[in-house]
Amino acid sequence: MRHFTTILSHEIRMLLVNASTYIAAVLFLFVMGFIFSGVLESYSAAPQETSPASVFFQLFWLPVWFMVPLLTMKCLAEERRLGTLETLFTAPVSTTEVVLGKYFAAYFLYLLLWASTGGFFYILHHFAGDTRFIDLGPLMGGYLFIAVSGLLYVSLGVFASSLTRHQAVAGIFAFAMLFGITIGLRFVSTLEVLNLETMAPFRAAIDYTLVFHHLDDFTRGVVDTRQLLFYVSGTVIALIFSILGVEAKLIHS
Amino acid sequence: MSDASPAIEVRDLVKIYSGHTAVSKISFTVARGEILGFLGPNGAGKSTTMRILTGYLPATAGEVNVCGVPVASRSAEIKKLIGYMPENNPLPEDMRVSEYLHFRGRLKEIPRRKLSLRLDEVLELCDLTRVRHRIIGKLSKGFRQRVGIAEAILAEPPVIIMDEPTIGLDPHQILIVRDLIASLRGRMTVIISSHILPEIEMTCDRVLIINQGRVVAAGTPADLRREVFGQSRYHLEIAGEIAATLPAALTQIEPTLHIASSGEPDAAGFRKLILTSAREDDLGDTLLHALATDGRFRVRALNRAQPSLEDVFLAATKRGWETVDAPASK
Repeated sequence: MRHFTTILSHEIRMLLVNASTYIAAVLFLFVMGFIFSGVLESYSAAPQETSPASVFFQLFWLPVWFMVPLLTMKCLAEERRLGTLETLFTAPVSTTEVVLGKYFAAYFLYLLLWASTGGFFYILHHFAGDTRFIDLGPLMGGYLFIAVSGLLYVSLGVFASSLTRHQAVAGIFAFAMLFGITIGLRFVSTLEVLNLETMAPFRAAIDYTLVFHHLDDFTRGVVDTRQLLFYVSGTVIALIFSILGVEAKLIHS
Repeated sequence: MSDASPAIEVRDLVKIYSGHTAVSKISFTVARGEILGFLGPNGAGKSTTMRILTGYLPATAGEVNVCGVPVASRSAEIKKLIGYMPENNPLPEDMRVSEYLHFRGRLKEIPRRKLSLRLDEVLELCDLTRVRHRIIGKLSKGFRQRVGIAEAILAEPPVIIMDEPTIGLDPHQILIVRDLIASLRGRMTVIISSHILPEIEMTCDRVLIINQGRVVAAGTPADLRREVFGQSRYHLEIAGEIAATLPAALTQIEPTLHIASSGEPDAAGFRKLILTSAREDDLGDTLLHALATDGRFRVRALNRAQPSLEDVFLAATKRGWETVDAPASK
């Protein structure tokens, strides 16, 4: 793994010198700021039971659907299309190093974007001058959830990118997978058929994967290792399949 | 890794892509320090063979050793022994030249201390010092090509493989690239593929012509000429009683001298003839003297034809076609 840091720092550097990263970041902050001010407006209109942070994080799926595919769709698909993947693999690097380097670079940027929304809470704290608005527990829990679930979401994006040479296909595929894992499973969990006695194991399995339950737990300050395991194992599987995807494409190219 | 082993040893290499045979039982060896030219029409299997040599593609069957190291089982080691420039020379568009070379140097495990020195050296060698801070995507084709070559020689590997390094360059840039490749002679083993035949002839010690996945001719350019044509040729422009008397006169001069083809007489009565002879030494002087002193003929021009590598290439690939097609037609 001696080249992992070389590739990682190279990838981060390339992301940071790229104008499209900044455009994406500005638009992301614009959308999140819009959501945040909407949340605050509803709080100023009528008293609410939950903290603004937990309502804000309830809408985490919106940026995930769009930002994760945009961040990851390029990473392997574009290199394959340009042919630079060939030069990369004729240097003494392994597929694992390349995939992990690209994955962590995208994950780093994902975290950076989310971390920048911390500014909203800082501004609120600064100007409201009332510590009651900032409930540190749900805030930390929310960001922790974003960091942990982001592991899985970004790895799904990388996996989508490893399967094709077209960025658009990778983007749509990543979007479909993220849609399935956030909202799709929630739809499935409402199916009547799952209430049957014989379907009980499936019901338990699906309940276990509901990301909105995870989010609730995290913002309440409950960090369940089963949920951590869900995201970490999902990430590992997605990354293994990404590595296999790249290598299979090499063999059959 | 003993020093006695040849730089590259390929035995019965086969590559089949989903039913289509791209490379079929190719065998060749390249000595250390030799420059080998890889010639062949499009789709002959040049790029595939080169990719297998680098360990990027797995072979279907056969054995490839680079400096005595088998490619199939120890591809990680092979990658350190080879500098490779792929076809069309793909480069990241949004990096600066020196940044890219630095990144590649790190990947190729050049120690940090040596890297900046080596970088300056390579930039100087490839005449890239002026553009080292420019963005690759904005460079002209000639510069991009040289960035690719600089990248290949960066880690000073014993073997360098370049897939069409001079494609799309202007004659001046070709000259620079040719000098660059020639400067590697003796220090590194170089394999280049090209369509530009004079290019190969000038830079390469040995030429390998492949067609339809098979080696159809191999040897030095001079060897190939002899092997493919087996004779020397003369162009003669002459007037007089040709059909009746010239063959006899020629046999008198040299028994193996024959008329290979004969053209129509022009306004002044001169015909263009092509003569062939099995003799390798130059008969021009004797021939000219004998014909000029003979009162029956008037000679206007005589020269010895030097078959270019182009003729060899066309003849060899055509021959390859026939040998490939022969079993099928039976």
